[in-house]
Amino acid sequence: MRIFQYILLSFLVVCAISVSFSKKLLNSILIFMSYSLVMSIIWICLESPDLAITEAAVGAGITSVLFFVTLKKIHAIEENNQAGEKESMIEQRRR
Amino acid sequence: MSRVKPEDEYKKTKAFHFFRWLSGEKDPYIGNLEMKPQKEYIEGKEALKERMRENRMVMDKVYNTRYNKWLLLFRRFYRIMAVLFCMMLAGLLLFTVSYLPPTGNASNPDNNEVAERYIESGMQETGAVNIVTGMILTYRAFDTFGETNVLFIATCCVMIMLMIEDEELKKQELTNDRRFEPKNDAILQGAAMILVPVIFIFGIYIILNGHLSPGGGFSGGATIGAGMILYASAFGFKKTQRFFDEKIYKVTKVSALCTYGLIGIYYYVTGANGWENHIPLGVPGHIVSAGIIFPINICVGIEVACTMYAFYALFRRGGL
Repeated sequence: MRIFQYILLSFLVVCAISVSFSKKLLNSILIFMSYSLVMSIIWICLESPDLAITEAAVGAGITSVLFFVTLKKIHAIEENNQAGEKESMIEQRRR
Repeated sequence: MSRVKPEDEYKKTKAFHFFRWLSGEKDPYIGNLEMKPQKEYIEGKEALKERMRENRMVMDKVYNTRYNKWLLLFRRFYRIMAVLFCMMLAGLLLFTVSYLPPTGNASNPDNNEVAERYIESGMQETGAVNIVTGMILTYRAFDTFGETNVLFIATCCVMIMLMIEDEELKKQELTNDRRFEPKNDAILQGAAMILVPVIFIFGIYIILNGHLSPGGGFSGGATIGAGMILYASAFGFKKTQRFFDEKIYKVTKVSALCTYGLIGIYYYVTGANGWENHIPLGVPGHIVSAGIIFPINICVGIEVACTMYAFYALFRRGGL
């Protein structure tokens, strides 16, 4: 059980670092989602199931859905579909 | 003693003018101030070209890293300082953490009479088997009331910012809503068909058994909210509006908060004055027991579920 917890904790650290280093916003949200899921398993290991339920519902479910909706609203997701128009604002202006 | 002023004299006073302005009978600026509707500003082609040229010039001069050595230097300096600052902050925090007492030590400051009281006599005083819920909703019911109010105010603010009243914009939003999504996704709908009832029942179970098993109003409400979001994203907002539209949302949300407030007021007043509390505690372990915890759990659950769903709906299309 202890080794399992250590594996989960190291996974948390890896997730937290890779969220800030991933280039695409969509990927970072997915990593953040998995971070919340692992966190909820750790809460169960720490014998607080109350927090585990809340973390699974709010952290992994609702927060990431809200992030997805926000990304769609600011048109950050459609970058993947239109690979030809992948230019930053500055580059477009310099033309 | 004050006497009633005659009508003509009263009309000259400032109070009369103030109340007339407040009730909107007469606007003092109409007729005195020149008012005309603003003309729409149409930019000529020449002005547009000029502006573009200026813009390009600024871009070339300021962001041209090949010639602008200062900018290059500043960027390098900024990056190094950012890394240094983060490392310093992390070091400072780790240094502080190393001075904290070890966990599980008997002489730690958190092992005081408050925790002892909660653990030893929590069950007799609140009637809840789950000590955490008993503590949150009876000893600290005032804190939880504040948190529920925070949720209420947060949804009000999101509504003020994102609610769309205009009909044209609403139609536009509807067409934009499913731009990158298939209209009837078979996999999503099939999964939602099986999962949504289970999620709802699990959420209701968590709320109703808040005083017996782990969970409570907040976690159960969040679960129900997540289930509603899944349902709405699978079947569209027209289906959810059959049982949860704006009117029902307002009624449930306000009435849940008011019920919590009324129960809370009774509890605070009797507790503060040392009066006898007439709410029976019941037998610990039964589903209807533990006094005020049971109704308050339901109120908090409704509040949280409404908040979560409203956030999603307002973010998604600016209306419930």
